[in-house]
Amino acid sequence: MTRSTWPNRDKNEVTTLGDLGNPEKFNTPIALQNYSTTTLKARLEDMIRIRVVEEVIADMVRAGDVKCPAHLTIGQEATAVGIAANLRKTDRAFGCHRSHGHYLAMGGSVQGIMDEVLGKATGCSKGMGGSMHLFAQDIGFYGSVPIVAGTVPLAVGAGLAAKKDGKGDIGIAFFGDGACEEGVVHESLNMAATLDIPVLFVVENNLFSSHMDIHLRQPTDRVARFAEANHVESVTVDGNDLVAVIEESGRLIESMRRDPRPAFVEAITYRWRGHVGPNEDIDVGLRRSMDELKAWKGRDPVNRLALSMFERGDFTQSDLDAMTAAVRAEVEDARKKAYDAPWPEEKTLLEAVYA
Amino acid sequence: MHKSALSVKPSGTTPDAAPFKRVNYGVAICEAFEYLLENYPEVFIIGQGVWSPWYVGSTMTDLDKKFGKDRVIDSPVSEAATTGAAVGAGLCGYKPIVIHPRIDFMILACDAMVNQAAKWSHMLGGQAHPNVTIRGVVNRGGEQGAQHSQALHSWFAHIPGLRVVMPATARDARDLMIASVLCDDPVLYIDDRWLYDFEEDLPPAKPVDLRDIGPQYLHEGNDITIVGASYSSRLALDAAKTLAASGVQADVIDLRVLNPIDPTLVHESVKRTGRLLVVDGGWRTCGLGGEIIAGCAETLDPTVWKAKPQRITLPDAPAPTSRVLEDIYYPDEQTVLDAARAMLGGR
Ligand SMILES: Cc1ncc(C[n+]2csc(CCOP(=O)(O)OP(=O)(O)O)c2C)c(N)n1
Repeated sequence: MTRSTWPNRDKNEVTTLGDLGNPEKFNTPIALQNYSTTTLKARLEDMIRIRVVEEVIADMVRAGDVKCPAHLTIGQEATAVGIAANLRKTDRAFGCHRSHGHYLAMGGSVQGIMDEVLGKATGCSKGMGGSMHLFAQDIGFYGSVPIVAGTVPLAVGAGLAAKKDGKGDIGIAFFGDGACEEGVVHESLNMAATLDIPVLFVVENNLFSSHMDIHLRQPTDRVARFAEANHVESVTVDGNDLVAVIEESGRLIESMRRDPRPAFVEAITYRWRGHVGPNEDIDVGLRRSMDELKAWKGRDPVNRLALSMFERGDFTQSDLDAMTAAVRAEVEDARKKAYDAPWPEEKTLLEAVYA
Repeated sequence: MHKSALSVKPSGTTPDAAPFKRVNYGVAICEAFEYLLENYPEVFIIGQGVWSPWYVGSTMTDLDKKFGKDRVIDSPVSEAATTGAAVGAGLCGYKPIVIHPRIDFMILACDAMVNQAAKWSHMLGGQAHPNVTIRGVVNRGGEQGAQHSQALHSWFAHIPGLRVVMPATARDARDLMIASVLCDDPVLYIDDRWLYDFEEDLPPAKPVDLRDIGPQYLHEGNDITIVGASYSSRLALDAAKTLAASGVQADVIDLRVLNPIDPTLVHESVKRTGRLLVVDGGWRTCGLGGEIIAGCAETLDPTVWKAKPQRITLPDAPAPTSRVLEDIYYPDEQTVLDAARAMLGGR
């Protein structure tokens, strides 16, 4: 705020996140609107599945069994699940380094990811990719890879292809606030807007890019401003409120299907684990403290949804416990099978290079 | 001048009585930065992760604290802008150093490096030179996979106007960085995390002229010439030591500077040994290994050869993740030994 010898600079301040960036706010149960308990239970289970899969992967990393870098999304589950709730198998989604949640939310197999993180031939990428390279094209998950922002223009291309196909499908790019610092994101927004390409840019703004919080990297913390600058319709939403994410992204996706053009969802959230690896620590976060993490846990997307459902009265703590236990059993079973799964054959190394 | 720093046994002091200091390759890079920031006010550093030990290991510890965050700038996730800005500042009297904690991410900066920095001098009549050093770190293994494992030296060594250096020893890790930054041309400095723990006794730092630096011997012998750069020079040296135990004496030549390349030492050596094995940490097709062999083939009399020249490279495939494939992907000392022994007729 000391830069204000420039009189118009403060105009920009309206674009900050405000209370959405303050973990003491938005930490109460969420509005369930008229969503049925059946629907909400299914989405809650999706979120729990992501969390449990990642807790198990974290254990496997600690045990030294998973060696590939694993960027966990625990704490951010509502964004992936909320967006996926509006997608169909013929849409074309692309992820990034932190995409276990996107893959699972869209229906990616638990066995496929368990096998993949161990490098087994039965993994979702045949053991050739590990945690950072996931694939499930049959459900619309076209791939996640770790070059930051690398898949954003690919999703634009997928949207372009969808538009040519003319069936109302869309491209989706999942990326982070850090990725918005890459030039190609801006080229992608501008081009998608100019060519009316139906691509949904989904930014999980978790306020960090590895060790750097957003204030060290950008002049203000609300990245939807980049969409506004390119005339792409956008919304900034509480990314830990499942219903809000479903509603806000659903509204945009529905109009994209009818009238092809890009849209942008900025979901405010927070990762609980380190940038990479299993631990809930401050790892490489220069200005991230355990106190801050604790405050953000008050905005737990799973807990907030469950509490709201308890309040409404048609879902109880013991229902939640049973749901969690069932998911855990499913994931543990997949873990066991993954250890017994076969390794890739040596010839895959050269055979997979070309079609 | 071309004699290896490694073969010189430190006496404990340099002529001016300053003590040698034992440091590893990683710390040696850091010492270069300290020396440069200390002595040259026009030096500054920009890039991702430079405030975090997690990104760049021991190579930049506390530089921001010692020299201030305006001279050691951690950046947004913007490879193209940081590198382009460094080229610009380099044209305006500064000596910027750009850090790419993984050479794979540096690919996003290719325009600034290849179209701009490398060509600036020539296309404007030699009147201006972007004095910029771009550091790309090779960081592979650990099941990181295709986009986090590459060794792209051959790509960049192909570009006229872009100097490319690859230190194999702690001494060179420091001195080639100093030489790169003091050089008026754009330089790509490539270091390899697999080398960070190798230790050496170093004399105090002093200015180094990059134009004086070329390939060096790390080991000497008359039976076979093994050529490497960076980590592959280490493999060659390890293999040479093992071969020596069984009576085979190898010349090991560490290239150090890939562009512009000075092949004289390699040619002299192969004339003596008649056998050339190149260990290249990159891919095979259109790579460094092929370049070294081609240079010898063009230059040397055909009667010199006692065996067909050979190269060891990565298979022409992206890096896999699965450990069973990673294990067969990277050459090791045994790969070099097997190839050398085959060329020596099984000796
Ligand atoms: C081109 C490129 N530059 C840098 C990196 C290193 N890197 C990996 S993840 C990451 C952070 C990205 O932050 P963000 O996009 O906000 O995603 P988050 O990790 O917060 O989910 C960085 C800088 C990379 N993988 N690719």
